[in-house]
Amino acid sequence: MTSELHEFDPEAAGKMFFRGGHTGYLGLRYHAHGTNWVELELPWREDLLGEEDREVLASGPIISLLDMCSGMCIWTTRKVFQPVATLDLRVDYQRPAKDRSAVIGHAECYKITRSAAFVRGFAHDGDPENPVATLAGVFMTIAMDPRNV
Amino acid sequence: MSDDAKPKPVAVTLTPYARSLGIELEDAANDAGRNSHTLAIDFSRNIEGRPGHFHGGATAGLLEAAGYAILRATLDADNRQPILKPVNITVQYLSAGKQKRTYAQGRITRLGRRNANVTVEAWQDDRSRPIATAVMNILMAEPKT
Repeated sequence: MTSELHEFDPEAAGKMFFRGGHTGYLGLRYHAHGTNWVELELPWREDLLGEEDREVLASGPIISLLDMCSGMCIWTTRKVFQPVATLDLRVDYQRPAKDRSAVIGHAECYKITRSAAFVRGFAHDGDPENPVATLAGVFMTIAMDPRNV
Repeated sequence: MSDDAKPKPVAVTLTPYARSLGIELEDAANDAGRNSHTLAIDFSRNIEGRPGHFHGGATAGLLEAAGYAILRATLDADNRQPILKPVNITVQYLSAGKQKRTYAQGRITRLGRRNANVTVEAWQDDRSRPIATAVMNILMAEPKT
């Protein structure tokens, strides 16, 4: 199996990833991608709220959304799926998302080395020019355990 | 001092998201007027990322919930009921979250009138070996009257 034949496709991979696990629980959906970026959608849902009496998505699921966009934009940039571990993730919240609004996450891998990948991104609720949050993250490739090689 | 005279730990209300994810209050204590709250979550499919491991977003969710818990409890004890607005969170991932019950506890580093700076640690077996830490800035807005 070579990477040329099976180039990482975020749309196809999303269908698999989002069947279960944390991202499946959140109901993430593929939205769009380019050579080094991926966009995913986090649908609004009643049990993902940050406050009892307001219909605004909590900040936690937005971190998960941006974390997942980050991983997938790294695999899209590398053109191959290779597990990564989040090293450092920073999210700045500019404003709450609109009531009952889905949130789109966008992450771009702007620099990649053999072991590290640097990512920046944002989340918005309709207008990419008016983000709800911005992201900066660093990810490490998970090295093969030498004892298992 | 009788038990009745001891300051009681303040109860915390978790957000709908935290409850949905499976986060629960593990322990609440009040030591010499200082509240401490430990939250915990069992490993489940809902928080799994890489097979058999915590999703980074779920770890961040636990850290964030613990940060809000200690801030809310401290403000309650002070009779303050502001609206809490997240400004930012920076998470350091130190080691992979394995399939184990995981704990988190926050500490208020600085409590001002408008902003709180909170540090949080999450751990599994060994309190002294955190799997992730976070620093959060939280804005406290007084409710409009």
